[in-house]
Amino acid sequence: MSASRGKHHDRPAFLARRRRRERWAESALGAAASVVVLIALGILLTLLSESLPFFRVVGLWDFLFDTEWTPLFERAHFGILPLLSATLLTGLLAMLVAVPLGVLTAVWLSEFASMRTREWAKPALELLSSIPTVVFGYFALLFVTPLLQQLIPGLPTFNLLAPSLVIGLMIVPYVSSLSEDALRAVPMDLREAAFSMGAGRWRAALWVVLPAAASGVTASAVLALSRALGETMVVAIAAGQQARLVFDPRDGAATLTTYIAQVAMGDVPRHSLAYQSLFAVGLSLFLLTLAFNVLGYWIRHRFGELSR
Amino acid sequence: MFLLVGLLAACGGPRSTGSVVRVDGSSTAYPLMEAVAEEFMRAQAGQVRVTVGVSGTGGGFKKFCRGDIDVAAASRPMAKEEASLCAANGVRFIELPLAYDAITVVVHPANTWAEELSVEQLRRLWEPGAQGALLRWRQLDPDFPDLPIRLYGAGADSGTFDYFTEAVVGKARSSRGDYTASEDDNLLVTGVAGDPGALGFFGFAYYEENATRLKAVRIRQDAVHPGVPPSRESVMQGRYRPLSRQLLLYVNMDHARDQVAIAEWVHFALLNAEPLIDEVHNIPLDALAYRRAYRDFDAALKAADELAMARVDSVPSSHGTDVR
Repeated sequence: MSASRGKHHDRPAFLARRRRRERWAESALGAAASVVVLIALGILLTLLSESLPFFRVVGLWDFLFDTEWTPLFERAHFGILPLLSATLLTGLLAMLVAVPLGVLTAVWLSEFASMRTREWAKPALELLSSIPTVVFGYFALLFVTPLLQQLIPGLPTFNLLAPSLVIGLMIVPYVSSLSEDALRAVPMDLREAAFSMGAGRWRAALWVVLPAAASGVTASAVLALSRALGETMVVAIAAGQQARLVFDPRDGAATLTTYIAQVAMGDVPRHSLAYQSLFAVGLSLFLLTLAFNVLGYWIRHRFGELSR
Repeated sequence: MFLLVGLLAACGGPRSTGSVVRVDGSSTAYPLMEAVAEEFMRAQAGQVRVTVGVSGTGGGFKKFCRGDIDVAAASRPMAKEEASLCAANGVRFIELPLAYDAITVVVHPANTWAEELSVEQLRRLWEPGAQGALLRWRQLDPDFPDLPIRLYGAGADSGTFDYFTEAVVGKARSSRGDYTASEDDNLLVTGVAGDPGALGFFGFAYYEENATRLKAVRIRQDAVHPGVPPSRESVMQGRYRPLSRQLLLYVNMDHARDQVAIAEWVHFALLNAEPLIDEVHNIPLDALAYRRAYRDFDAALKAADELAMARVDSVPSSHGTDVR
């Protein structure tokens, strides 16, 4: 580097060329980034403008508080609550699987596993997220549900329990990978201090390192939650496609994403109310996951500062 | 990847004798259409390609009346609005019967109480007023157990839905909405087969294919007639009422005139319907009906030809627009 500068520093043409090149690269990178932002904005605008006519016909009050969702039928009801309840129930159950499994995996990977073990265990775990979700869907329908039917008599084929458990398994890598990064970022002195106080490895890991990494772990859980809420294929395949207000995971139900997939694949005429309802549901899903993403971001930054 | 496939298809198209027959429509007729297409392509030794879509009867008619496809398979006759859409777009067509179907009402094999249901009971179960109200078997009949009833049925895009609601509720497309509605009949089969409280309806072929996992309900038309199970005999003798119906083909006559392959496909379908229908568990018409349909189609083809000739003679410039 210094040699080449010695050779060229008296040639301004070269420097100008390099500057031009740099500037060009910079603007290309900037353009790439702004394309992504613009697309996201475009999606939001489309959702808003297409669902506006929907909300002109269906009042916001009905949309938020009606307990039935039957937009394609004679008694059309447009209450988002059934879809929302199924979505949140799925997300909650998935988190009950993903958070303990993911966090414990992360603790093991960062605090206990040897370098060699970690080298193959981590990619193996991340392999889980490269399996197509349609495979997970059929896994839930054809393997998990029959298994659960042995344990829970009267469990219908389409239920929320099986797909939720499978989604929970599916998002373990999201939790474990990000949590492990957070755990490994905890300064070594904290561990050493704990050991010098007589703590064993378990005690140090669970009572000192994990709390210190709490912000990162929580953020990973929140990101995994928005992934679970947006999951489509697994629930569309294994949870049935009937919109109903659910509190019992043994029932089948349609989530926000199931409804979108179901209607988008059918042949609903454009500019009909059912067609516009797609965008209203899409907007709801967008706002829901956005809220959780913002929450995750906020937690990471807010508590990230405190723990340092 | 898709782009590549598209490019290959685009290259391959014109080099073969150039023929694609585009079929779309009813999911009930899909197994039959698929079987006909397969046999036909084998008979043509790959010279003709047949694509079969599953948009549902309503979806198929929409495409048909835009001129996007050559043949629409339907599980109900074309509605007036659809016919006028065809007319507005200058699509001339012929309707040909192809097979019978029996909309089959099914329950779980462990269901011992609902061996037979009356049309009246089905109406009470499926009418819009039942939405959120009729939720347990006992409400349907005091002798039935007090179990929740879970419903599975054809989705709002399907001809089965149109036909069932018209035959049972009395008005097409009038139905409760709180049931598992899908255009995918296999999903409905899976749902009913795994749920002891279930009741569902779909085409006969899907029932017979899964007869070990499902139980068909006998249908009692009114107080006078006894309950009738869906079967080849009961349908062909006209006793399975009101849920038996014809599967129909709609052929775009201008396309059929311009492309020999389409006419050949129709001939093939009508000549080979009986064995293929058996294979896919549909119910055949009587042999005479196929011969009549064959004759009708040929007559229509000839008429379309003459009409086109006459147009070419009188107003040559209009020909181009008419083909569409």
